[in-house]
Amino acid sequence: MDKLLLLATDVSTLWGKYSSMYFNGIKNTLLLAIIGTVIGCLIGFVCGILQTIPYTKNDHIVKRFIIKLVRVIVRIYVEVFRGTPMILQAVFIYFGLPYFTGNAMQWSNIWVVSILVVSINTGAYMAESVRGGIISVDPGQTEGAKAIGMNHVQTMVHVILPQAIRNIIPQIGNNFIINIKDSSVMFIIGFTEFFATHKGVVGATYKYFPSAAIEMVGYLCMTLIASFLLRLLEKKMDGSDSYELVQADSLTMTAGNYNHPGRGTPFDERNPEAVKSILREELRRQAERDEAIRQGERAETRRQNAAGDHDQRGGR
Amino acid sequence: MKEILRVNHLSKSFGKHEVLKDIDFTVSKGDVTSIIGASGSGKSTLLRCINLLEIPTSGEIHFQGENILSRKGGAAAYRSKVGMVFQSFNLFNNMTVLENCIVGQTKVLKKPREEAREQAMKYLTKVGMAPYINARPRQLSGGQKQRVAIARALAMDPEVLLFDEPTSALDPEMVGEVLSVMRDLAADGLTMLVVTHEMAFARDVSNHVVFMRDGVIWEEGSPEQIFTAPQRDETKEFLSRFMER
Repeated sequence: MDKLLLLATDVSTLWGKYSSMYFNGIKNTLLLAIIGTVIGCLIGFVCGILQTIPYTKNDHIVKRFIIKLVRVIVRIYVEVFRGTPMILQAVFIYFGLPYFTGNAMQWSNIWVVSILVVSINTGAYMAESVRGGIISVDPGQTEGAKAIGMNHVQTMVHVILPQAIRNIIPQIGNNFIINIKDSSVMFIIGFTEFFATHKGVVGATYKYFPSAAIEMVGYLCMTLIASFLLRLLEKKMDGSDSYELVQADSLTMTAGNYNHPGRGTPFDERNPEAVKSILREELRRQAERDEAIRQGERAETRRQNAAGDHDQRGGR
Repeated sequence: MKEILRVNHLSKSFGKHEVLKDIDFTVSKGDVTSIIGASGSGKSTLLRCINLLEIPTSGEIHFQGENILSRKGGAAAYRSKVGMVFQSFNLFNNMTVLENCIVGQTKVLKKPREEAREQAMKYLTKVGMAPYINARPRQLSGGQKQRVAIARALAMDPEVLLFDEPTSALDPEMVGEVLSVMRDLAADGLTMLVVTHEMAFARDVSNHVVFMRDGVIWEEGSPEQIFTAPQRDETKEFLSRFMER
């Protein structure tokens, strides 16, 4: 208990003194994570789309060669940046430029390097997610689009990508949350994000644990809010579950509009889902009735037992 | 009658497996051709070859007098004139019913949106799905989806409409609503090529029946010929199996 009180006072002194620094760290972390995720997603989309361009044996040899070459390049990019730690990539790129140019060129802005590293790292992960998202769309959708004469670009833009994007939104969210946390490694090249704030504060105060506690709560708040917002976005993208019947002929539909597709309407054709849900509702009601009856019976027996006890006692 | 589609010596192999062997047949304008046969006899592959969803290994497909296999590129332009209705509907899941019927017209045929909408409404009304234009495919029953798929194909004003087992994935109670739409279309004079297991439809609606077996056309002729006086034993056996049911 004492320790908890101590922690509380330590935390509040730290917060009172350094809150603007912590907030600045949070701001930088969020900015880096958001920009890195957005650019990373763009890279991922380009790579994923490039990787899924189809070719057949009948295509021209040059076209086939270019498509294969692009696939190999994307493959190498993905494997390299997915297979090495981001902290190392940051160091590699940060010191790589001056090394190769004999110090003639240096990264003038730490933001540029940080965004670059986070973006290409996210891009490597997203490339695979996007490819998976595109492949996972039912092949029948492509056939349907081809059958009405769409070419590959039209099929992708109007039919496949809108569905693929919906499938990979959870992946984008995942990457965003990972970026909020993992951008912390950018302290290695001197980027002042949230974790770098911690290092600065403990350097001055030596209060390692209280500051770490603040950091824990801070990171958790950011990620929780992020995942909440992403859920909201997913829900919005799924759209409403109901739809309005349009009254095309006033003679056939005189009872107005219905928007309860689950329950069906008297004019509906037999929709198996609707029938099932009606059945389910009926079964549930039946179960409730049965339960009520059983409870009544139980109460009855209890009363009888009590009465019996009473009789026995009375007889004694 | 004017010839619209002619298939010459068409063959298709998947690896070493030869699915179609030297297929020849002709479709004239207004024909309703039913392709029947056991599963695995190559009916669906034949239909998919005609729409170039599968590329034939060899042979020719003449559409309005032009061999579409020797033509470079252009598969999309050809497909926009040959509609296809799939066993699994393949409606675009990310669009409403109305949008499904409009998108091909505006993006492929480059029609103005208002005109496309009118055309879509015309055919959605025809198949009885006009009240559902704002619904999404996942909210519809199988029979409803298939009727929308037919409207989507019709909205492109196709010269020929191919049906790949359009009722096989439906609950029995929904087969009727789709078949009745198809009967209407046949009565309107639409050229149709139908792969089907619905023998009553093949017998009553089509004017030409093709029986396929082991990747070849085993027997073909008018429905009367095939159903009342089949020439070959395998045709008799296949039909008797179906008629018993």
